[in-house]
Amino acid sequence: MKKVEAIIRPEKLEQVKRALEKRGFFPMTVTEVRGRGAQKGICLQFRGKKIEVDLIPKVRIDMVVPDSDVTPIIEIIRAEGRTGKNGDGKIFITHVEMVAAVRTDEIIMV
Amino acid sequence: MIPDSGNTAFILICTALVMLMTPGVGLFYGGLVRRKNLISMFALSFAALAIVSVQWILFGYSLAFGPDIGGLIGSLEYIGLRGVDFSGAGIPDLLFMAFQMMFAAVTLAIITSAVAERIKLSSFIIFGLLWTTLVYDPLAHWVWGGGWMAASGILDFAGGIVVHISAGWGALALALVIGKRAGFGQYSMEPHNIPLTLLGGALLWFGWFGFNAGSALAANGLAVNALIVTNTAAAAGTLAWMAASWINGKPSSIGMISGSIAGLGAITPAAGFIDPIGAVIIGAVSGLLCYYALLWRLNRSLDESLDAWAIHGVGGVWGTVALGIFAVSGIGGITGLIGGSSAQLALQAVGAVAAVAYAFAVTFMIAKAVDLTMGLRVTEEEEYVGLDISQHGESIYV
Repeated sequence: MKKVEAIIRPEKLEQVKRALEKRGFFPMTVTEVRGRGAQKGICLQFRGKKIEVDLIPKVRIDMVVPDSDVTPIIEIIRAEGRTGKNGDGKIFITHVEMVAAVRTDEIIMV
Repeated sequence: MIPDSGNTAFILICTALVMLMTPGVGLFYGGLVRRKNLISMFALSFAALAIVSVQWILFGYSLAFGPDIGGLIGSLEYIGLRGVDFSGAGIPDLLFMAFQMMFAAVTLAIITSAVAERIKLSSFIIFGLLWTTLVYDPLAHWVWGGGWMAASGILDFAGGIVVHISAGWGALALALVIGKRAGFGQYSMEPHNIPLTLLGGALLWFGWFGFNAGSALAANGLAVNALIVTNTAAAAGTLAWMAASWINGKPSSIGMISGSIAGLGAITPAAGFIDPIGAVIIGAVSGLLCYYALLWRLNRSLDESLDAWAIHGVGGVWGTVALGIFAVSGIGGITGLIGGSSAQLALQAVGAVAAVAYAFAVTFMIAKAVDLTMGLRVTEEEEYVGLDISQHGESIYV
């Protein structure tokens, strides 16, 4: 099992979510986060006075999925979440050792 | 002539009630935009109040209510409030000036609907000053200041033409010049705080009692009638919009409050001429008309963002025309179509069409001029981070 952790633009969330749903990827956790990338946020210039907005609102989608789903999920998030400009986000994939349900005693060891 | 103390007390209070409508518009609009633009919407309303308050004292009042020049504009005789003092018929002239000032301020606040989430504050200040001077002041003069509309018998009790048609149709022109918000139609721009919008709408309804009842300019029976028909039309508009939106989905609270304002906008020109039954019809029809106008705008993917056009513009036209249909001679001395006279209806239609054309054309030209000289719109990056940070250096939660 893998955990897909995608940080995307908040305004793209609905579009990405709908596209994932359409392909049957339903379970997810969505968190509002703030962060910055290598371009150090956005710098606005007002007649010599700078305003730096270095932590920009983003959303993070967490999904724990079988290994085989990782590639299609990355493809969907890229296709739907992309604007081509700085700040489109990142996708991180990590290995999941165990999934334990809260409601039942079910435990999946990987 | 010595003013009457009862009338003066009443209009003083009405002036304060109308003032509250401007921040009311700010709250109403602030809740409808995304979180990053709330402060901006509220600040635009405050800016409107400040700009107009100074402009009105310096020369705006004189342009609107100064001695008539050719039926088109007032002269500058009252510049800097020269000769405007405590004397007056019924209420002091100075109080009449202040009451009218609040009308002008809320009108400019309404028009900010068109530029939500993308206007440069500096450009709005210049646009607002020009708009109030070139659109609001002449219209107020035409209808209330002894201009050509007043002379030909076109009636507008509390501002259907002067406030709602001018702001609503002006907003449409302004929206066409400034263009759509980035991402409009591509992703959702849901209102971020509905309770704020409801609170702002409630303050508008409350303030509207001062707006319409105060337009009787005396504490008398006409003011009482205006207050009752105002409340009635607002209620009928609320229920009509709710019903229409219920049929097409769920009866949202934003729809209900939009219906209230549709009813209020429509009853405004007619409040001194119709009875409560007429108000039920005017309000209900306005709720439906404005609801379908809003759907029409969305289908055309026109980004007149917060619907000043659909609600104030369309509601104002309907109310102005409806005056000619439902006027009851026992209230304001005018007989409408229902009473067997079509003369007033024709006049009202002329007034509405002229006001629509003037407000739309002149607003379009002013907006173009500001856009070409200083640019109406913020940069793409500023729009992305939101106007709260980019225009004010503030955000609602730190």
